[in-house]
Amino acid sequence: MKRSELKQRKLDATQARVLDVQMPDGASWAKSLREDALSRLLTMGLPAARDEYWRWTRPDTLISAEVPKAATFSADEAPLFSSIDRLKVVFVDGVFDADASDDLSGENLEIMRLSDALATDIHWVRDAYGVQEKKAQVPVERPMATFNTAFATDGIVLRATGKVSRPVSLIYLHQDDSSEAILHHVIRVEEGAEVTVLENGPAAARFNKVMEVDVADGAAFHHVRAQGRDHERRAVTHLFATVGSEATFKSFTMTANGVLTRNEAFIDIIGDDSVAHIAGAAMGDGDFHHDDTVFITHDAERCESRQVFKKVLRNGAKGVFQGKILVKEGAQKTDGYQISQGLLLDDDSQFLAKPELEIYADDVACSHGSTVGAIDEEALFYLRSRGVTTPEATDLLVIAFLAEAIEEIESPEIVEDVLHRFEGWLQRRRS
Amino acid sequence: MLEIKNLHVKLEEEDKQILKGVNLQVGPGEVHAIMGPNGSGKSTTSYVLSGRDGYEVTEGEVLLDDENILELEPEERAAAGLFLAFQYPVEIPGVSNMTFLRTAVNAQRKARDEEELSATDFLKLVRAKAKSLKIDADMLKRPVNMGFSGGEKKRNEILQMAMLEPKLCILDETDSGLDVDAMKLVSEGVNALRDGKRSFVVITHYQRLLDHIKPDVVHIMYDGRIVKTGGPDLALEVENNGYADILAEVENA
Ligand SMILES: Nc1ncnc2c1ncn2[C@@H]1O[C@H](COP(=O)(O)OP(=O)(O)O)[C@@H](O)[C@H]1O
Ligand SMILES: [Mg+2]
Repeated sequence: MKRSELKQRKLDATQARVLDVQMPDGASWAKSLREDALSRLLTMGLPAARDEYWRWTRPDTLISAEVPKAATFSADEAPLFSSIDRLKVVFVDGVFDADASDDLSGENLEIMRLSDALATDIHWVRDAYGVQEKKAQVPVERPMATFNTAFATDGIVLRATGKVSRPVSLIYLHQDDSSEAILHHVIRVEEGAEVTVLENGPAAARFNKVMEVDVADGAAFHHVRAQGRDHERRAVTHLFATVGSEATFKSFTMTANGVLTRNEAFIDIIGDDSVAHIAGAAMGDGDFHHDDTVFITHDAERCESRQVFKKVLRNGAKGVFQGKILVKEGAQKTDGYQISQGLLLDDDSQFLAKPELEIYADDVACSHGSTVGAIDEEALFYLRSRGVTTPEATDLLVIAFLAEAIEEIESPEIVEDVLHRFEGWLQRRRS
Repeated sequence: MLEIKNLHVKLEEEDKQILKGVNLQVGPGEVHAIMGPNGSGKSTTSYVLSGRDGYEVTEGEVLLDDENILELEPEERAAAGLFLAFQYPVEIPGVSNMTFLRTAVNAQRKARDEEELSATDFLKLVRAKAKSLKIDADMLKRPVNMGFSGGEKKRNEILQMAMLEPKLCILDETDSGLDVDAMKLVSEGVNALRDGKRSFVVITHYQRLLDHIKPDVVHIMYDGRIVKTGGPDLALEVENNGYADILAEVENA
């Protein structure tokens, strides 16, 4: 089939797919932003298996009209972040739950539901909703995010005007086995402000989430996310960030289970002397499929970026990493680091990586590496020779493999909690 | 304590016989030295004793306190009281030395049905032992053997030995790469563990170490066998004349 024919097919399919999707109500300005997204979507089309960045992850179950069922899962332990003093915002199958949520207010914090924000006229949201998503369509299209801008039913808008004392904790519960959640968050961290956003839970049988973050000069944004343990859930998420000068952006994601997860990130560093770190640690078993697709652009001087992604795979699980560092002309003294590693606990599992580096400045230090391998037999024997049992030694080495990613979390309390979760996951699978 | 009887070992992957009938008896509280040219099978002996993969025992047995340990997993041998100080200690990125030590100590206690050490008791113990080996807090915090100098790695082996208090300690070239001061520290560490019951097998090329850790018996290994056994004087003879005379004598016999 010719390219043009393929494209036409894709567009026809997209047209058919969006026909029955309800565009939520809102103010006229919001309506026009959504209409704009829809028309952009209709010209680019939803992802197809032949698209360059979808070759290793099949998009069909993410875009199908019918949501593939996913059994709900109730864990026997308290969810992550339970012991942390935080501002809780709860969504059940994508629907805001006012009773379970805290009062949406806090010191140095403006926070409200997206559906409310898009129904009134909040000028900063007006200038932000879908803006980064739109900008991030070049050079690679991200139609799932555009779909989200057009159809997101809710989310939060958050503006930090100073140091926000309590983390804002977004809790996504999943109770209906065929639910779909489409959430969109818009965050602005004003000059010199600081906020931590936590996210956890599966959200729905199928979850499409966009988070747009604008980190102003001298501001700091910290993000820790845990994607739900529900084995059959599917998720496609996009994290868009613009980072100003002398600013800090840090994001960490833990994933254990999930039949399909596609986490995209697009981070644009536009101010000098900034730091942007993004990390992920994933553990998967059986028909687990986990994809990190990350794009960091350096468009300023003396900035540091790190991408640290580790995946532990067993029983035929599959991990994908596609990561790029783009250093634009003039982005001198850039320090860019990228590492992606797969640890295969058996021969059936698979890790695929596409690390990319594109540099247009001459005075930069960038490195990237990707490895895939099994447990180090030498280290295993060394531990066993000291009396550590084989399962315990193996688990210790698996956790050690993830360490570089987990160390990207700032809070020692959360580090402990995350480690504990991964240890539990491994222990439940000891043979 | 330890009895190695007619031990024959070949490589699992290759048709290569490495040990060709090793016999050795070490009594409680004794220190035995094994010397011998490179490639004679000293490290192989220590690895086979500790249960490393890749070797096949074709004949013979190894008894630790009358129990044949060749059927045991490495961790079971460790719990039974066997300890090997590696010739080449392994680096483990991502696991702090402290975690490594605590996991090992508690795993062995668990295997022996003893209570695990509390975090504070463990800390006290490890700090005291580390101090006498001049191992600082930073070395305890760092990942196991990562960025350690040769001497630091060897001292770290002795620290593990001191923490685990094994019945039988095998030291494989623990002296190689050590300067005079480090050699003293290591020897003092080893001697501190001598209590009349614990036994030691010290593999070395040099008399130097044996000046500090006085052996009761010295063996010469060559081509997969113990070819000569004697008292401490045998080590001096090797030091002065090398192996040539001894090996010639053996070959002519
Ligand atoms: N895994 C292995 N693969 C190949 N050859 C080996 C292996 N282990 C030991 N050997 C060989 O066995 C012999 C004895 O080695 P080793 O026990 O290390 O001697 P030593 O410690 O006395 O120097 C040497 O010839 C060495 O090359
Ligand atoms: Mg050797």
